[in-house]
Amino acid sequence: MSDRMLVATRKGLISFARKNGGWSLARTDFAGVPVTAALHDRRDGALYAVLKHGHFGSKLHRSDDGGRTWTELPAPAFAADAAGAPALFQVWTLETGGADEKGTLWAGALPAGLFRSDDRGESWHQVSALWNVPEREKWFGGGYDDAGIHSISPDPRDPKRVVVAISCGGVWDTRDAGASWSLQGEGLVAAYMPPELAGQKETQDPHRVVRCVEAPDVMWMQHHCGIFRSSDAGVTWTQLKPSGDDFGFAVAAHPRQAGTAWFVPAVKDEMRLPRDGALAVTRTLDGGKTWQTFRQGLPQQDAYDLIYRHALDVDETGVRLAMGSTTGGLWASDDAGESWRLINAHLPPIYAVRLY
Amino acid sequence: MAQLHFTSWLREVVPDGPLQADGGTVGDALGAVFRERPHVRGYVVDEQGRLRKHVCIFADGRRLPQQAALGHAIGKDSTLYVMQALSGG
Repeated sequence: MSDRMLVATRKGLISFARKNGGWSLARTDFAGVPVTAALHDRRDGALYAVLKHGHFGSKLHRSDDGGRTWTELPAPAFAADAAGAPALFQVWTLETGGADEKGTLWAGALPAGLFRSDDRGESWHQVSALWNVPEREKWFGGGYDDAGIHSISPDPRDPKRVVVAISCGGVWDTRDAGASWSLQGEGLVAAYMPPELAGQKETQDPHRVVRCVEAPDVMWMQHHCGIFRSSDAGVTWTQLKPSGDDFGFAVAAHPRQAGTAWFVPAVKDEMRLPRDGALAVTRTLDGGKTWQTFRQGLPQQDAYDLIYRHALDVDETGVRLAMGSTTGGLWASDDAGESWRLINAHLPPIYAVRLY
Repeated sequence: MAQLHFTSWLREVVPDGPLQADGGTVGDALGAVFRERPHVRGYVVDEQGRLRKHVCIFADGRRLPQQAALGHAIGKDSTLYVMQALSGG
């Protein structure tokens, strides 16, 4: 099981480690600076953190010694000839390439630029083919001024096949490492659009898309307007109907069991709060036919905790999970989400949690 | 040469000043600093060369309008301050 955890917060990168049967704060890096994405690269052990200085832009840092020292690297940057000449606002997600693509990283940004590095973040280039799709003119911001890329999922069988999800710009896939892109998402429904445009693929708002590692055609989505599952790597989607709220941001997919995923429901979009002030995690074991709701160890009164899209994670066993909230609560589970233990109730707002 | 002071918030990337630079405009003077210290560029301007939204520049005691700051003409004895705008939080 993973015994370390990166927690990207509004006030720095806070690392936790297992100690005496529980989680302890191990170190704090970049104190005071918002950290919008963090990554552990299991291929070489490197740690990455992306900072968003309020005044001075987004900066990428890498550590090759477990966080003791950090080196600033060039941040992803929009090409000077990119249409509209945008500037990077935020790196929203950072992911590794395939297991055999050592050194390859992907970064998704606000505005919705996709960037790739093949040298451990020493240099980046924008994947212009996605920026130049004609449908981009219909994309729009979801919670931000501009559309953004928050989910990047290379297929573990063939890392040239990558699925990307955009708020609000739908689900896109490439089969040639980014040279060409196809708009996917048949079956998604957007209630925030006029009825005749509810099924328009390029204006869907997938809040988060994740994949089952050992059944890579199975993908799960927490969408602005519900929960969806795909069994063909994101081409078509089926809406699932949990018994309670189906709004939220986060989803975690079991690494081996194709029918298992976790969500953290909230009252839908005009509220974005836990139902009745009680935080819960839901899980399905059968592909969304039936659902279980777990509350043990989570606040059940007066809770305003919202779990952002990157702030719920499951480790490679599918047994240990961790999640962090907008109000600075951090919890972990060692029984596949059925019960939770509070690690810290007083952290800064949490953007992302990564077990490793 | 113009004197350039950078906010203490940037002390990790640019030393306590003032730095001296030649240039007929704020942008020219900053460009001279960036040539000497390439790492500073990305903290002051974005990848398209525009002054970052929440960086403000004072020239000879006057805060410069954001859009016009880089093109603002300066003299040989001008004093510039590159500061964090409180709009950035």
